[in-house]
Amino acid sequence: MRISGKVIKYGDDINTDYIIPAKYLVLTDPKELAKHAMESLDPSFTEKSKDAIIVAGKNFGCGSSREQAPISLKYAGIKAIVAKSFARIFYRNAINIGLPVLECEDLWDKVKDGDQLILDLKSGKIENLNNNTYAQAQPLPGFILELIEMGGLLNKLKRMIG
Amino acid sequence: MANIIEKILSRASSKKEVTPGEIIEANIDCAMINEMTGHLTIKYFHEVGAKKVWDREKIIMVPDHLIPAPSVEAAELHKIMREFAKEQKIKHFYDVGRGGIAHQIMVEKGHVKPGDVVVGADSHTCTYGAIGAFSTGIGSTEMTAVFITGRLWFKVPKVIEIKVEGNFRKFVTPKDLFLKVAKILGASGANYRGLEFKGPTVRDMSIDGRMTVCNMAIEVGAKAGIIEPDEKTLEYLRGRVRESFPIIKSDEDSEYEKSLEINANDLIPLVSCPDAVDNVKPVSDVEGIELDQVFIGSCTNGRIEDLRLAAEILKGNKVSDRTRLIIIPASQEVFLDALREGLIETFLLSGAIVANPTCGPCLGGHLGVIASGEVCLSTTNRNFIGRMGSTKSKVYLASPATAAASAIKGRITDPTSFKGD
Ligand code: SF4
Repeated sequence: MRISGKVIKYGDDINTDYIIPAKYLVLTDPKELAKHAMESLDPSFTEKSKDAIIVAGKNFGCGSSREQAPISLKYAGIKAIVAKSFARIFYRNAINIGLPVLECEDLWDKVKDGDQLILDLKSGKIENLNNNTYAQAQPLPGFILELIEMGGLLNKLKRMIG
Repeated sequence: MANIIEKILSRASSKKEVTPGEIIEANIDCAMINEMTGHLTIKYFHEVGAKKVWDREKIIMVPDHLIPAPSVEAAELHKIMREFAKEQKIKHFYDVGRGGIAHQIMVEKGHVKPGDVVVGADSHTCTYGAIGAFSTGIGSTEMTAVFITGRLWFKVPKVIEIKVEGNFRKFVTPKDLFLKVAKILGASGANYRGLEFKGPTVRDMSIDGRMTVCNMAIEVGAKAGIIEPDEKTLEYLRGRVRESFPIIKSDEDSEYEKSLEINANDLIPLVSCPDAVDNVKPVSDVEGIELDQVFIGSCTNGRIEDLRLAAEILKGNKVSDRTRLIIIPASQEVFLDALREGLIETFLLSGAIVANPTCGPCLGGHLGVIASGEVCLSTTNRNFIGRMGSTKSKVYLASPATAAASAIKGRITDPTSFKGD
């Protein structure tokens, strides 16, 4: 599975309150949630998030277990997130809703906002078309890749029940 | 040899032993949802066509973030919970007036036992490590899978041991101990890992204090915080847990990824400064910062021991004119105990407001949301930008003792050097 998109770059410790503040958790429509994604940290986020790839530093998604965090990013158009590391609940939530997340230490230094990337989820290879550099993310374990390819855990449960 | 987390996970996955990094599938003993994350779980449950939960007695439902409902939106979420509880005949649904903050309820009402594997759709589910359970926060979709199957996969974590010896000085608390850990490890220092607290000081700590330190394990990224069950645990659980349970402890020669040693004698009151939990300083370094609001409560520090400590300092004193003090007991039981002990009277006489058990202002929900430019000192666990209200407000995190002394002075105040007016 290959994904391409433009980079939106952030630093370390991007927490779930920045991704979607608690006051919006009462919203039940994911499209409404998406309108408020990242608004306190980056008010112009939703203007550039369609088909973009977030590249972040350490500990992306730390804080709350709110699944509304990856959901708001997904519905804002984010195709994938590549971070130096993720907070574990966010990591699991993203995969469960079918939003690809890759861990990669050395991509961050090689990209700037707006660069065009191509990610190969299976091998973990990442290409930056703007400066022709490559980075290697940790390849996703088989069962996680399978979940993402199915579009998330709910689809798996549907098949199981159906 | 195996540590307590490895032993619990091998038991739950019916394996002789497990090793860090290994992925296992565990049977879940108990699963908790609140209204903020639970409404999604319920929606997904119906969406995938599920008909019946795996075990109606093992699901605990506690609306707690916004109770009683301050808005129509919140009321709708509570309604979703209520209807699902009815539809599935969920045995343990704690509606308004019967519960409080879910993490307090889970332990207080005996839903969690030592050695259990417990998941909750809330990141502070790690609190129940205080009684020797492996408990961790998960998302709403995974909770749907748990509701249907009663099972979930885990990666066996590496564990960091935190050994504590020595005695806390007067007005130095388990909260200060954890803030010290946060300073040492940093906000992602325990990512994907377990944290085991041990040593004579931990054994001396009450269950309330143990819950405070395990509660905050997530703030350094940990999957779970845990403390071996001991006499104090059994005493606390008597009358709360009816079923029997095994006593699981770490082997003497267990392996840990690393070890921290802290001497409680050296601890001083600490405060986590805006906007990160690991931005920890001695209270004395920031003393004098003026406060618009002080909040004592939450799943971190809203228990009876916290309220007793606050009352000890507030008794006979008045909250500064500059400041408003909001106190919220973590549960109906805590509220009732505080009432019977006369603490509520002390609070009201000091000029504090006491609200009903709920998360309330901790997440900027209700009952004390802060305005732009305002500064709040809070006994909660997160001080990210905008956490308690306006994105232009600031939050300092500290112990109930620091909070009470600071409320009286209207400024950040070290409780160990505090003298009433
Ligand atoms: S008190 Fe605060 S941290 Fe605890 S569960 Fe409620 S919102 Fe979360």
